[in-house]
Amino acid sequence: MTAKRASKVTVEPVTVEPVTVVVAERPDDERRLAWLRQMLFVRLFDERCVELYSATKIRGFLHLCVGEEAVGVGVISALRPDDNIVATYREHGHALVRGVPPGAVMAEMFGKREGCSGGRGGSMHLFDVDRRFFGGNAIVAGGLPVAIGLALADHLRHTDRVTVCFFGDGAVAEGEFHESLNLAALWHLPVLFLCENNLYAMGTAIALEQSETDLALKASGYEITSWAVDGMDVEAVDATTRRALATIRGGGGPCFIEARTYRFRAHSMYDPELYRDRAEVEHWKERDPLTVLGDRLRADGLVDDARLAAMDREIADEIDAAVGVGEAGTDEPVEDLVRHVYAEVVP
Amino acid sequence: MTTMLTNPAATVGVVHLTYREAMRQAIREAMLRDDRVFLMGEDIGHYGGCFAVTKGLLDEFGPDRIRDTPLSESAFVGAGIGAAMGGLRPIVEIMTVNFSLLALDQIMNNAATLRHMSGGAVGVPLVIRMTTGAGRQLAAQHSHSLEGWYAHIPGLKIVTPATIEDARGMLWPALCDPDPVLIFEHGGLYNAEGDLADPPPVVALEGAAVRRVGTDVSIVTYGGTLPKVLAAADALAADGVSAEVLDLRCLRPLDTAAIVATVTRTHRVVVVDEGWRSGSLSAEIAARIMDEAFWELDAPVVRLCSAEVPIPYAKHLEEAAIPQVNTIIDAVRQVLRDDG
Repeated sequence: MTAKRASKVTVEPVTVEPVTVVVAERPDDERRLAWLRQMLFVRLFDERCVELYSATKIRGFLHLCVGEEAVGVGVISALRPDDNIVATYREHGHALVRGVPPGAVMAEMFGKREGCSGGRGGSMHLFDVDRRFFGGNAIVAGGLPVAIGLALADHLRHTDRVTVCFFGDGAVAEGEFHESLNLAALWHLPVLFLCENNLYAMGTAIALEQSETDLALKASGYEITSWAVDGMDVEAVDATTRRALATIRGGGGPCFIEARTYRFRAHSMYDPELYRDRAEVEHWKERDPLTVLGDRLRADGLVDDARLAAMDREIADEIDAAVGVGEAGTDEPVEDLVRHVYAEVVP
Repeated sequence: MTTMLTNPAATVGVVHLTYREAMRQAIREAMLRDDRVFLMGEDIGHYGGCFAVTKGLLDEFGPDRIRDTPLSESAFVGAGIGAAMGGLRPIVEIMTVNFSLLALDQIMNNAATLRHMSGGAVGVPLVIRMTTGAGRQLAAQHSHSLEGWYAHIPGLKIVTPATIEDARGMLWPALCDPDPVLIFEHGGLYNAEGDLADPPPVVALEGAAVRRVGTDVSIVTYGGTLPKVLAAADALAADGVSAEVLDLRCLRPLDTAAIVATVTRTHRVVVVDEGWRSGSLSAEIAARIMDEAFWELDAPVVRLCSAEVPIPYAKHLEEAAIPQVNTIIDAVRQVLRDDG
């Protein structure tokens, strides 16, 4: 571990020019390396999913977070194990970073009994109650009311647990977003609203769907402490998340983070990407979160080509093992079709 | 079929009260029995409840457990779902069934499906209470009977307390149930009065109940039309017609065995449902009779439902739109005339 020193992280507060916040303690090298590894894992896992989709092992909708890894990694790695997470249908990365076993995630996408939702949910509905991962929700903004309810339960029991709710910029146009922010602020609930603004609601550009495209500003209208942060910079995401979590646990009520990010790949496997220029995608790839952090770690002498290649190989082996779990997975008997609709034991 | 699980030996007295008071007592008892129980909804606290069911509870239990909400049906129903997932036992009150449509995403896409989508891992032990039904000249956005719609949805349990006993007794088993239960309270019932054993009888959440025994015809109904059906049965008795009245009590799961049993006793059936006829609960009941008791029928099943129109404001039109004692009597006479 290198000596502790202050590091500079750019955080953009609402409505003012970007300022540089001095974080008291620079994250230690182990954490920075872990972020790189987690982001790389999520990236390679999602890319393997594309291959498996083409091979028809995975079906249905498949939403990849390639390009957006810094958000899930930066936020979730800052959480405590007892915090709650409500995620969206683009949640493979979130589940993996939370510690849901990759084999269970893969088996779920294979529709197998060994999947983290028993094969009933698929790619969009990954659950792991033990890790307080309350699902991928595939109704845009549909997870926000549930998240404030989880927070309400903690609030009424006087715990300092936080519920983090992920959603995209598209959700900000939904009534459930506005109802939920209002209620959370009104009741001072311990919830972190985490907007992954990738500039498109499926294929509709943010300028075509939001009257105010500064989403953190919009959220601040509900008297919620709000930040916009560079969502391609995991260190900035981490620093902002820690500030938000400290605020919430300290009794400051709900917080909102708009992580400005970008989806490098199509919305889903069905998306022909007619709505954006290739040049725009290439421009954003210059800010690839793996490169942003990777370059800093190289400069600090923490990684080199050999180390990165070794990391790649290790991760590939782990993903191979996860695919193996999916391949070896078993089909739930059709006789069990109508299970899991009601509790099987009623007290 | 379930009948009241009263233990006569335990009855020490009788109290006279309204359906509204019975419901309030049920909420109060649940709050006292289990500190995980809390109530939230629009105007339930400071206002005292739109239908005065929750009057006085804010003073007794305080604002943490009697929570006035903004007019945000989706957010507070979803918050109830989340709080239930988080280990509490929320009761969410929605002012009327028409307003519940603003929360339909949460009820359908989350409450009803989370257990299944999670492979059985996530339960939603939530109770939602709402007013339903016509008869008070509240026109087309406050008067509908959509409980049949909700009964279409796997993952939900739908109950319709129609008696003082059920108003007093169904809430507790609903709260004990590990899955979401929607309680539909017909607005026309709140002022209904009756006697209730003290201590109140324990009732089951599910299962139909025979409210009147008869031999000539079965009238199958639920909720707000039960008093009308019982009045019609009284009038028919005066004319020598013995009608059996089956109160469904729970629309999902539907007590098919109780329906088949009453058909098997009387061989003629009238289904009375304040919901619309097309694609309705009454259609489901008729279909189940076809499936399981066709050869018991001496005449085709007769259905009496609301007219296929949004509920009008004008009193005479509203009355004409929904089942009434005289139209129930007519429907019974029709099924008795029919020789199949």
